Amino acid sequence: MNVSVKNVTKRFTAKGTPAVFDASFTATSGAITTLLGPSGSGKTTLLRVVAGLEVADQGQVFFDDRDVSRVPARSRGIGFVFQAFALFNHMTVRRNVAYALEVRGASEEEKRKRVAELLALVQLEGYADRYPRQLSGGQRQRVGFARALACRPSILLLDEPFGALDARVRVELREWLMQLHETTKLTTILVTHDQDEALELSAQIVVMDQGRVVQVGSPSDVYDRPRTPFVASFVGTANVLRGRVEGERVALGSLSVSVPSGTRDGAEVRAIVRPHDVRLAKNDGEQAGRSLGTITRMVGLGAHVKLQLELPSHDPVTVQLTRGEADAMGLAVGDKVVVDLAEAKVFVEDYSI
Amino acid sequence: MADAWASAHEATRSADVALAAVPAGGDNRLPPPAMSEPWPVRLLLIAFALGFLGLFVVLPILSVFLEAFGQGLSTYVSRLAQPESLAAIRLTLVTASIAVPLNVVFGVSAAWVVSKYRFPGKSLLVTLIDLPFSVSPVVSGLIYVLMFGRRGVLGPWLEAHGLRIIFATPGIVLATIFVTFPFVAREVLPIMQDQGNDEEEAALTLGAGGWRIFWQVTLPKVKWGILYGVILCNARSMGEFGAVSVVSGHIRGETNTMPLQVEILYNDYDTVGAFALASLLMGLALATLVAKKIIEPRQFRR
Repeated sequence: MNVSVKNVTKRFTAKGTPAVFDASFTATSGAITTLLGPSGSGKTTLLRVVAGLEVADQGQVFFDDRDVSRVPARSRGIGFVFQAFALFNHMTVRRNVAYALEVRGASEEEKRKRVAELLALVQLEGYADRYPRQLSGGQRQRVGFARALACRPSILLLDEPFGALDARVRVELREWLMQLHETTKLTTILVTHDQDEALELSAQIVVMDQGRVVQVGSPSDVYDRPRTPFVASFVGTANVLRGRVEGERVALGSLSVSVPSGTRDGAEVRAIVRPHDVRLAKNDGEQAGRSLGTITRMVGLGAHVKLQLELPSHDPVTVQLTRGEADAMGLAVGDKVVVDLAEAKVFVEDYSI
Repeated sequence: MADAWASAHEATRSADVALAAVPAGGDNRLPPPAMSEPWPVRLLLIAFALGFLGLFVVLPILSVFLEAFGQGLSTYVSRLAQPESLAAIRLTLVTASIAVPLNVVFGVSAAWVVSKYRFPGKSLLVTLIDLPFSVSPVVSGLIYVLMFGRRGVLGPWLEAHGLRIIFATPGIVLATIFVTFPFVAREVLPIMQDQGNDEEEAALTLGAGGWRIFWQVTLPKVKWGILYGVILCNARSMGEFGAVSVVSGHIRGETNTMPLQVEILYNDYDTVGAFALASLLMGLALATLVAKKIIEPRQFRR
């Protein structure tokens, strides 16, 4: 089932800035769509509007062609998973999972069968008679998923489902969610502020900032073709360099990159450079016209090495090399290296060119 | 039924654990020995604290029981069983059994409204809940006399319809409700606010209606808070003197609650009778403290 959000605005106070302003996007049937943004960007509010837990001041929510804007949350046929689990702590896992069926007056036999199915799906067979407080965080959240799936919702809404878990469990559950989605193929909307989670899990990313949707696209669209400097710096690591257009080139301190024609000469620009798009070479003494940077810090992270450089303009630049490249050059802190930019995304006064 | 038994059983068991855990938890928070005073100072401070407690709390408690039982158990029973004292006990029980349930309903609904909805006048309501704590009980009693007394606002109408509130049981019940209504609300409100609405929202997305959510989700979350409030509310409604004294009229055998009857017996030089009745109130107080101690650690547990 497609979920379309059309021009939704939601204010919590009459005068203050709206939590969500004129937001629109469509979550494709059977895929994972992620609402990604920093805290306070309105992503959770927007998800709650889709769920019916908040009522939008303006705009509509459609499930396929049906306008559900006035349909109460309990009748929308959604499954909702909460960041803080929100399990019923005084009920066993079995009763938690069966709750939606209990509400609908299902028979004991039906409940028993469905609970067994769901606990198998979330790999918690044998935990039916425990209480939530006897489970680990990751297990609790899987109960949360099972409970949300009990009534076969057509849409699954996940509000930072792994946000309350520690890093290791979070990565495990990310894998697990991917498999779960492969088996259920449910239309899923995931809220997260974790860009890795978003890039890895989603078919589509909706980037939000200050209550507005700033870009909607596939992970590679958002990563490789960011529409605003905010998207570029929020999704993935990015170096931001300021400079000025001079003819065919943009001068960025001591570096320069080419720009497409038609850019006004002398325009102020911001260039966004990914750490893996910076090329380094050993300083061989023939560096005329090329920029030299000093290595101020080196951190080895498994297969990659992360370097911090200082350019002659005193701009700091983060560089990522493979361990092989770094070893071949024999780099050390304090070395001077030749710096070049393979790829840069240039923004003129906040507009992409 | 089996479920209820099992959970009650579990409750007592973990209450034991909780009780045992409390002093240990307290000791963990002691300052390190380096911060401690030299031993003579420590000894002096501890002796002073214990001496004070003994003189002003333990001794009076003991003297109540000593006076009550001083002339033997049979005297105790016979003085306690005199008709006026029995009537006072009955009236106190009736009053508490009306006031406490009403305050549970009021307290829970006030806490619900305050923690779940945004509405104008909310902070005023929260402030007003505390009013009975800050106003003198005598004034609380007077309010009802001014409302329902013969010369009061509603007095003539009530008299014309043959209804008696002041100097009768209804007045005593009303005054008791007034002085005790903050207890349940004050206990339940912070728990509801602290725990947020996540579980209620979860139930909502699973298809549950408001009434079911209240009974199956909200109420179990706050049940220990309610019980705690009920115990405090009950202790106060049985022990209230000031407000009840104003509206009671002191009609012997009819409108005297236990505290009022204690005073009357004492003024009649019936020391054993007064202390026998007082010993019941003291027993209630001690039972309340024990119950409070058991429930307290469970109250804010998630």
